[in-house]
This record gives sequence, structure tokens and C-alpha cells, in this order.
Amino acid sequence: MKDILERLEDARAQARLGGGERRIRAQHERGKLTARERIALLLDEGSFEEFDMYVQHRCADFGMQDQKIPGDGVITGYGTINGRAVFVFSKDFTVFGGSLSEAHAQKMIKIQDLALKMRAPIIGLFDAGGARIQEGVAALAGYGEVFARNVKASGVVPQISVIMGPCAGGDVYSPAMTDFIFMVRDTSYMFVTGPEVVKTVTNETVTSEELGGASVHTTKSSVADGAFDNDVEALLQVRRLVDFLPANNTDGPPEWDSFDDAERIEHSLDTLVPDNPNKPYDMKELILKVVDEGDFFEIQEGYARNIVTGFGRIEGRTVGIVANQPMVLAGVLDSDASRKAARFVRFCDAFSIPLVTFVDVPGFLPGTAQEYGGLIKHGAKLLFAFTQATVPMVTVITRKAYGGAYVVMASKHIGGDVNYAWPSAQIAVMGAKGAVEIIFRQDIGDPEKLAARTKEYEDRFMSPFAAAERGYVDEVIMPHSTRRRISRALAMLRSKEVDEPWRKHDNLPL
Amino acid sequence: MFDKILIANRGEIACRVIKTARKMGIATVAVFSDADRDAVHVDMADEAVHIGPAAASESYLVIEKIVEACRRTGAQAVHPGYGFLSEREAFPKALADAGIVFIGPNPGAIAAMGDKIESKKAAAAAKVSTVPGFLGVIESPEHAVAIAEEIGFPVMLKASAGGGGKGMRIAHSKDEVAEGFARAKSEAASSFGDDRVFVEKFITQPRHIEIQVLGDKHGNCIWVSERECSIQRRNQKVVEEAPSPLLDPQTRRKMGEQAVALAKAVGYDSAGTVEFVAGQDKSFYFLEMNTRLQVEHPVTEMITGIDLVEEMIRVAAGERLRFAQDDIQLKGWSIESRIYAEDPTRNFLPSTGRLTIYRPPAEGAIDGISVRNDTGVEEGGEISIYYDPMIAKLVTHAPTREAAIDAQSRALDAFAIDGIRHNIPFLTAIMQNPRWREGALSTAFIAEEFPEGFQAPEPVGVVATRMAAVAAWIDYLEAKRKRTISGQMLGRALHVSRERVVMLEKQRFDVTVDERPDGVVLIGFSDGSTVPVASDWRPGSPVWEGSVADVAIAVQVRPIVNGVFLQHQGASAKAKAFTAAEARFVELMPEKKAADTSKQLLCPMPGLVKALMAAVGQEVKAGEPLAIVEAMKMENVLRAERDGTVKAVHAKEGDSLAVDAVILEFA
Repeated sequence: MKDILERLEDARAQARLGGGERRIRAQHERGKLTARERIALLLDEGSFEEFDMYVQHRCADFGMQDQKIPGDGVITGYGTINGRAVFVFSKDFTVFGGSLSEAHAQKMIKIQDLALKMRAPIIGLFDAGGARIQEGVAALAGYGEVFARNVKASGVVPQISVIMGPCAGGDVYSPAMTDFIFMVRDTSYMFVTGPEVVKTVTNETVTSEELGGASVHTTKSSVADGAFDNDVEALLQVRRLVDFLPANNTDGPPEWDSFDDAERIEHSLDTLVPDNPNKPYDMKELILKVVDEGDFFEIQEGYARNIVTGFGRIEGRTVGIVANQPMVLAGVLDSDASRKAARFVRFCDAFSIPLVTFVDVPGFLPGTAQEYGGLIKHGAKLLFAFTQATVPMVTVITRKAYGGAYVVMASKHIGGDVNYAWPSAQIAVMGAKGAVEIIFRQDIGDPEKLAARTKEYEDRFMSPFAAAERGYVDEVIMPHSTRRRISRALAMLRSKEVDEPWRKHDNLPL
Repeated sequence: MFDKILIANRGEIACRVIKTARKMGIATVAVFSDADRDAVHVDMADEAVHIGPAAASESYLVIEKIVEACRRTGAQAVHPGYGFLSEREAFPKALADAGIVFIGPNPGAIAAMGDKIESKKAAAAAKVSTVPGFLGVIESPEHAVAIAEEIGFPVMLKASAGGGGKGMRIAHSKDEVAEGFARAKSEAASSFGDDRVFVEKFITQPRHIEIQVLGDKHGNCIWVSERECSIQRRNQKVVEEAPSPLLDPQTRRKMGEQAVALAKAVGYDSAGTVEFVAGQDKSFYFLEMNTRLQVEHPVTEMITGIDLVEEMIRVAAGERLRFAQDDIQLKGWSIESRIYAEDPTRNFLPSTGRLTIYRPPAEGAIDGISVRNDTGVEEGGEISIYYDPMIAKLVTHAPTREAAIDAQSRALDAFAIDGIRHNIPFLTAIMQNPRWREGALSTAFIAEEFPEGFQAPEPVGVVATRMAAVAAWIDYLEAKRKRTISGQMLGRALHVSRERVVMLEKQRFDVTVDERPDGVVLIGFSDGSTVPVASDWRPGSPVWEGSVADVAIAVQVRPIVNGVFLQHQGASAKAKAFTAAEARFVELMPEKKAADTSKQLLCPMPGLVKALMAAVGQEVKAGEPLAIVEAMKMENVLRAERDGTVKAVHAKEGDSLAVDAVILEFA
């Protein structure tokens, strides 16, 4: 019997070696960890239970029958992050460059199916060369089945992708359909077609980094939600993110005891909004002073910085925060900001994460670039997302809430449950000067009259009270009590239930 | 006694005066400019009067506006604080004309001491020791040598018409005087067209020591100990203390008696300060007299128990001094640090902005050690470009100098300020400096001890151990909570190793972490030592206060990716705690080269360039404003994303820029 056990140990040892010492060294020299090392970092120590260690490909073409490595380029299984179950696959670049074969795809599919049955998150670590071309259509079929499960799981369990090396061709579409993509700076890139093909087709000369590096995808394309300096940093931050996320769409956000006081008063917020309405201020100060312990996990920090999205906690429970950022472009809504926030709102709604919205928005960005780019449709995405959301929604207007952008930013009219305004709020169709120049066009030649009209308009509309008179804001609150107000509103809203009529699905303006 | 006084000042000194007035039952009136609408002194006072635009020349310095504010509010007296109108002879006169009492000396005393030459003459007449020298015209090198021998070496040869160090030369011997005289003369002739040269004693390693005096309107005057203010940067005092580590009781009394003699000679009738320059041999010479309350007056208050502001108000109201000279007893030692909004790592460049965090250490006295913070700002306040960058004076008092320094160091460590750059790390580093601790001071201390300027050092020795212990403690606290998260799979305790690796930048500490039943956490180091750590710190707080190895310490804590940034006793480091397995992987991670991405500042939006703050060749730090672009009628400040040097500037003020237009390039 003992020798049988020993054989098992030998088989395991061989599988654990993946593509062998030489390739592991090469991986390290590139500043990357191996697939197994990454799993060890991501999961609680010793919690990984591996599946399909001995799976091998079944390809018999191009000499592949003589090259078989157990595991076949991907390591799969489950484990825990702070005790909570997650399913994991990690591409092994040391085995056939991590390329996807039919058997490799089957391993991924098994994990996806199980995760969906168990209603637990799936985390994919990517570092691979794409389809195993020796397998031809069998590999493509594998991709298709993985994609189908990504879609099936979408909105049921959180799916997170971490790009930690090359990710090209067919490999990009599985991450693209997950909820979050993170990249490692300098060692990862993502593109549909690589620099060689680009060169042949369009004559453009670009490097992999310029075509699909972390900085491209976090600042220009918005494909990635964040980037980190190295493998260790990225995986430890994914652990931090998972602590914010529900396991699935029915469990609700995880909880832990907050070290922070739900009734904490922040006097400094009383001077956050400057006296001069044209002076920006940092909305992140408000966010950091409202959430528990100042702990905020920002999503898409580098992209469309005129809107801020991310996760925090109130009384130990996760909330999603959406906030206009006056520091960037005056916090205006443009196409990019609208899409960024819309996607975030829909994630939170899908997973029962309450939404807290901070509003200081001068309107939508004017100009041909925006209109030609489809601002109407992109703005509609955010309007649609907020309107459709059924999670608890608390909105605080700190300063400007002008025009259509006021309505879009989780206003009462589209489903805000509790809507507050600071005394500095100005809820109006537009700024006073512009409004007066339209209403009193005949007075344009008379600056004195115009000034009087402007003053009149300011007194009437440049305050939260015109809206409060109509019940569009529930209360005008002191800035210093914002955290306390939000905490209480969210506590009240915990039992929120909304019945929606049956439909197959909505038709979000894509 | 007055019923109501007005404070013609702002910031910490206005708050300081209001506190005493309130204690005395006197109502207070603050004045404020546009920039100070929300300032603390305005909140503190019973009434506040707006006196004009932000620029001091249009508000705090306009005598008529102050007089008018008194009339409107019925204030019977005005305390000028320091700076602004405090030493303008015209101010008390204007107040007197309006029937308002000036809480300060009579105009005659201000006039007598306001002029440098006149005040020296008055000092000499009052037999106050002045710098020995010969003010007449020197005829020849031999004459110069004769004078020098009379004064004693070293001497300084100075051009009569000179200034700014030009035509100045130090001579240590007869030969040097003879040779130097000729050269000083010709230099003086070519630089100033006036070849007159005079000789004065040169004081090597001079120290700045000043005597507090207090007089009344009945001819009484006493001296209230001395302060040493030798820690200066470019003639600006940074750290002050009382008493002076240099003086013995005899010298102290001599200085005090001379100061009183001078004060009496000019009929001084309030609180004032006689400044001396002192040699290491305890020789001392009159410098000037400040006819007002000094910034550093709290150290005197701490060691004498006298509230100088209260005495100023009392004598101004005509009361007799409540103390005779023999009543003044010195108790313990007091240190004051001036907290400035300036960046010590960038040649002390002033810094302005919003105080997103401003949490001074707790004030009060525990076990004979007191902490006092005189401040005029609060969290959420704005440090503007209009006024002095001093935002607070942190004062400690203890039975001994060493204890007062330790208390100061601990209080500085517990002082959290974010949103602007400030000199606390520099002040903390001074507190650790051995020469400072010995009291071997001179006005060149900062220039000599920090010749390259200031850069926060990496922690070593006990500071490093403490930081590692605190980082391990924080990691333990957070990990313990993480294990309580809801929705766990197995429903039984998670295995967590008690072994941790703490990385302080590149220093590695292998530690074990165990919690005692009483909540104290024991951090075991690989050298076998065990450090008990206890604190009630919780995540989100910027200051960790607690005990490490049974020593009460404070450490600044700021969150960073996967760790914390710690500052303690002038040193700083990024600290990250890992499991042994994680640490192995960390070692495999390549060192990041300085970021390769964009070496350009791009215009993030279509807009108008309102201001450019960077010039070619300028070194900029991450976070520093480079340009202001107006778009959507809003001013957007574009800041440097990382440290660098400006290579080229492609835009100018007034330019209309498109998105992604290059504004400037970094080298």
C-alpha cells in the first residue's frame, strides 16, 4: 500500500513542478510569480484544494502527443479568502505558455460550473499566450464554453480577473466579461491583436506596453479597473476587494464589526465647499471622512476622474460610492464618466450593495467631441442604471446639481430613497448667469438690470430650499453630520424591497 | 479694569489673547479680513468686525479701520499681539486720540527702541553692555591693530556704509587685522564709494538670549527670566526654550538687571523683550529691544507661572505690578517649537492649502509634564498665501530640560497635519539631535547640523524596532478583525500563523505575534527580545499612541497600498507586514524603476491656461501645483504626479488648450 501512496506523492510532485525548474526561473526573472505561487498568495494559507492536477491534453497533431505536462497550463480549484469560499483558476505560463487547449478549457469550465452552483466568486489569474493553435477549433470551442459560463455567472457571482502577463486574442474576452479586471504594471498587457499583426494590417508600430499595457487600459480604454506595481501587491489588493464583495447576488454584502463610530461628527466638512463657487475642492475628502475608518477601494481611479466610484463601508457593511469630482473638469458628466459610473452602479445593484451618491455636477459636457461621441446615449446609460437600481440609495447634494445631470445623479425622481442636500447646494436648471441671459434676453444690454435679475434668480434657486419645498430633497443637513445621516438612512433602508414587473431583460442603451 | 477689548491681530496670538481676556471676564472683539471669515479667532471672540480685503495692508495694518472697529463695538482697549501694528508708534497715538487704551508700552518707549542707532545709544547710556568696538574713523592699519588688541580677538572689520555681508571680514590676529584692514578699505571704496571702516568685536558661535521685562505706569519694572532662541533658520526663530542652558544665576541676574535698567531708562510700562547676543563664554551684548509681546512668550509663562498677557492688560488698565523681582521663581524647563506651513525637504518652501487633517496632541498636565498648543487654525481651515506661515506653537514643560525635550518630541510625534506640507518632521529631528540635547547651541546650529537641508532619514536602532513593532501590532489588529467577516465557509477558526515578516522599506524584521489575556500584544524579535505593545488605536486614526516596550510613544500612521506609512522621531518608512510565505514572494519582486509613463503634463480638458507655476529647470515634487486651467468656469489645478525637473514649458498664460495638449515636459 505504502508504495502506492508514494506513487501518488511522486505524481503530485511532478504536477507541481509545471513546466520545470528552468521555466519557473525564467518566470521569476521576468518579475512574475508562478501560477501556484499566485494562488498561495491570493488564498488563505493552506486553504487551496486543487482539482484536475493530472489532466493532460488529448491533442495528437504536430507532435503534441509527445509533449504532455500534467495540469495542461492551468491550475484550478477552490480555497478561502478570510474564510470565505472562492473558486480560482490560474494560468501556468510555464506549461505550453499557458495556452488554452480543450482539456485546459474543461478544467476552467468545471470550476465555473461549480462556483455558479455554490454561488461563490470566481477569480481568474491570467498569464497566457492565447489558444493552443495545434488544437485548432477544439481550442476555440473551449473558449466559447468558458465565455458562455462567464455570461451565465454574470450578476450571480462576482467574477474578478487579474492580468499578470500576456493576455491576447481569445484570452481577452473571458476577462472582458467579468466584473473587474486588474493589471500588473510593466509585466502585463491585453489586446485582441498584437503588435506584429497591427504592423502588418495598419502599418502602425507600437510596443505591447503602448498597445495594451496597464496604463493604457486604466487611463485610456477603461478596460481595466485598476493597476498594481507587482504580483504581490495585486493579489493582496484582490483579497482586500473580496472583503468588500458579497459572495453572490442573494447573500448581501459581508459584514464585520466596524472600529468606527456610526455617529462620528466631522466638523471640517463644514468648510469643505469653498465660498467661491468656481473653486474646486476634493470630493475624496468627503468620501474618506464618511466611510468607516477612511477605508475606500476605488474602482477605475485613473479613468474619467471627473467621477469617483468605489467601495467603502458604513457600520461594517459595504456600500458603493458614486461621486462627482469637482477637482477634475468641475465634476462634469461626459461620455466616459457616464459609462464608468453606469457600470459601477449596475454592479452594485446586481449584488445588493447599497449606493451612496455625492453630487456636485455643473451639467453634461458641451461640444462636438461629446455629441459626436454619443453623449446622449452614454449619459442615458447612467440615467438608466440609477433608475433601474432597486438597492437602497442615499444621495447627498453638496453644491451644484444643475439641469439633466441633477436628475441623473440618483435624484428623488428616478428612485433615490433618501435625498439630502447641504446648505451650500444649488439645485437648478443651470447657473444663475446663464439662466438670466435666457429668461431676460431683452435686458442683456443693461448690465445693471441683469445683475439685479441674476441676484433674484440666485436667491430663488441657488439654494436647496426650492427643491426642499417640493420634497425633492428630504432634509437640508449640516455637512458635519453627513456620516451620521447616511448611517441612519442605510439602517432604515436595510429592509427595502421592490417588486419589478417580469421582463426578459431591460434594453439598456448600449 | 476694561469691560471689553479688541484684538488687532489674527491667528494664534489673537486666540491666545482672547483666552486670557475671557479668563479675566473681559469681553473680546476680533477683527478679520476676507480671508479670515471662517478663522478660529473670529469664532472664539464675543464679537467680530470685518475690516477689509485679505491683503494685510488693506486690513490688519490700517489703523483707522481698527479705531473704527473699537468705536463701533465700544472696545475700551486694544491688544496688538505681535507683528502688524504692534510696534508702530502711530498706532498707540491714534488710539489715544480716540480715547482708547493701547495694551502695550507708551509711544515714547516704542519710538526710543524702534531706531537701531538710538536704541544702542540709550543702551550705552543705561550702562547696558554693548558690542565693544570703535565707531570713529580708523586712520591706519596700526590704528586698527591697536583697537583690536584693546577689544580682544577675534574682531570684525566692517565697512561703515556696508550691509549684507559685503565689506565684512573677520580677523583672529594682529597680522590678519593689518592685512584685512587694507583690503576691507579698498573693498568698501569699490563697493560703496566710501572707504570708512570700523572695528567691532566678533562673537564666535553666538547665541541669541533675550530677557523678558514687565513694567507698569507707576515706574516699576522687573525682569522675568530669559529665553534662548538660538535655533534659527535665516534669522527666523524655530525652537525656543526657557531658561537658557548657557546661563548661570549670576549671568542671568546681570542680564536681567541691565535689561531693567534699559527699560526704566525709556520709561517702559508693559511687557517687552531685551535681546542680547551671547558668546559661549557667557559674555553678552545688547542687540535690540522688542516693545511688544514676543511670539515665544509661552516658555516664560510655563516656567514662571505668570500669564504675561494678563499682566499686560492689568498694567495697561493702570494697575500696579503684582510681582516684585523676588517673587519671580523659575520652575522646570520649557521648550517651544514653531509649526510652520513649509516643506522642510524642499528648502522650507511655504505651503498653502486646506488642512484636511489637523489634530494637535492633547493639552494639559500629566505627572508634572505639560503640553500646550497655541494655535489659530482648525481642521478644515485654510492656510492662505496672505499671512505668516506659522500655524501653531507647541510648548512643553517638565522638571528638567531632558524631560521637556522628550515631551516635546512625543508631542510632535502625536501632532497630525495633512493637506499642506509642514516642518514637524524637521522639528522632531532637531529634538533627536545630540548637540541640541547637550545644549551646545549657536545661531548657526541649523546651518551646521543640516548643511544639506533636511531629508527624513530611514529608521534605525530603537526607532526602527518600535516602528516594526507598531506595524506588526496594526497588522495583527486588522487580521484579527478580518477573520470575523461574515459568510465564512467552514464555520471554524481560521488558521493564522503567529509568525510575521515586517518590511520597513528594505529592512526585514522576522517577528512572532502573541496576544496576552490582558490584550497586550507581545512582539518577539529574532534576537530573542520580546516587546510588549499596547494601544487603543483603531484604523482610520492618523496617530498611533500607546506603549512599546513600556515606553509611551506616538507614531504617525497613514494608509498605503498593503501597508502603512509610519513617522516617528523624525524618521519615516513604508511598513508592510507579511506572512513568511508572502515575504518569500516579495523578495522575488523586481525593484520598480522610476515610472516610465508620461513625462509630460497634458491638458486634461479643453480650457484656458490661467496660471503657470512651473518654469524650465524647476524641480517639482509630486502634488505640487504646476498650472491652473479654467474650464466649465472652474479653475482646475494641475499637479505634478511625481517628483521631477521641468524640461520645457509649451504653454503660456492665456493660452486656449485642447484636450491632451502638452503643457510642459519633464526631464
